[in-house]
Amino acid sequence: MRSVITGVAAFIIYLLLTMESGSIGLWSPEELITGAILALAVGLIGGRVLGKGGADYKKLLNPRRWATFLVYLVGPFFFAMFRANLDVAYRVITGKIKPGIVKISPGLKSDLAVTLLGNSITLTPGTLTVDIDKENNFYIHWINVRNPKPSPEEVCGRFPRWVRRIAD
Amino acid sequence: MVIFIYVLLGIGVLFNGLGSFALLRFPDVFTRLHGATKCTTFGSIFTILATVAYGFWGLARGVQGDLTLAIHALLALVALLLTNPTGAHAIARGARRSGVLPKRAVVDAYEGYKYEEGKE
Repeated sequence: MRSVITGVAAFIIYLLLTMESGSIGLWSPEELITGAILALAVGLIGGRVLGKGGADYKKLLNPRRWATFLVYLVGPFFFAMFRANLDVAYRVITGKIKPGIVKISPGLKSDLAVTLLGNSITLTPGTLTVDIDKENNFYIHWINVRNPKPSPEEVCGRFPRWVRRIAD
Repeated sequence: MVIFIYVLLGIGVLFNGLGSFALLRFPDVFTRLHGATKCTTFGSIFTILATVAYGFWGLARGVQGDLTLAIHALLALVALLLTNPTGAHAIARGARRSGVLPKRAVVDAYEGYKYEEGKE
């Protein structure tokens, strides 16, 4: 089952990359055959990695999670990123910084959710994920420390709630 | 349409330039990473959107090969959004574990955290 999911995903990406190459639909027969062989190989080799680290991979097939992910990406995430850039611009020009490394415990379980939150934190205002320990506590470099022992909401807003809905 | 593409490219280049400027302005590796990751990712999003707009514009005029351009650019955007923050995290973690302290820090919660070799 894991190999099938991985193989299908690899095949779709291959088809996207080789669009407009021939006559069957948008693809040439050579590309379709090569893609199928490669997808088979990727599925057999890479399938066992899927679902490692506590993530329930069957949950990821749920289209509602994907829809939530897309809404998250173009809505709060893009807005936060825009704010992050204005924030960095402000600090570059004025030179006002008050950095420090703080620790937060958002209480996420699966590796996928931790990765998603870590990457979101790095790309949003004033924060950079430095390390994550075994209990999934985040060590975050904060460019403007307002509180030495913050709650997750103070550092990254409503992101943990979104991430829990998408991937945990 | 050409003006729209130029505007997107302009915004992208502006933010990428800001990122490079942040590299020069900030005092240590962590604050520099702030500038380098956020600004270059955001700037690249806009340059890629310009490429996608150009691709779909070509498609509307019936130019061969422009759909490929747009889709490849979108796949590049996905790869960039995944790898850029991951790489920044790897650099920051490597720096902190090898003993680089954040300059002018008011708090360092990492102090006293013991990294055990091989016990991930």
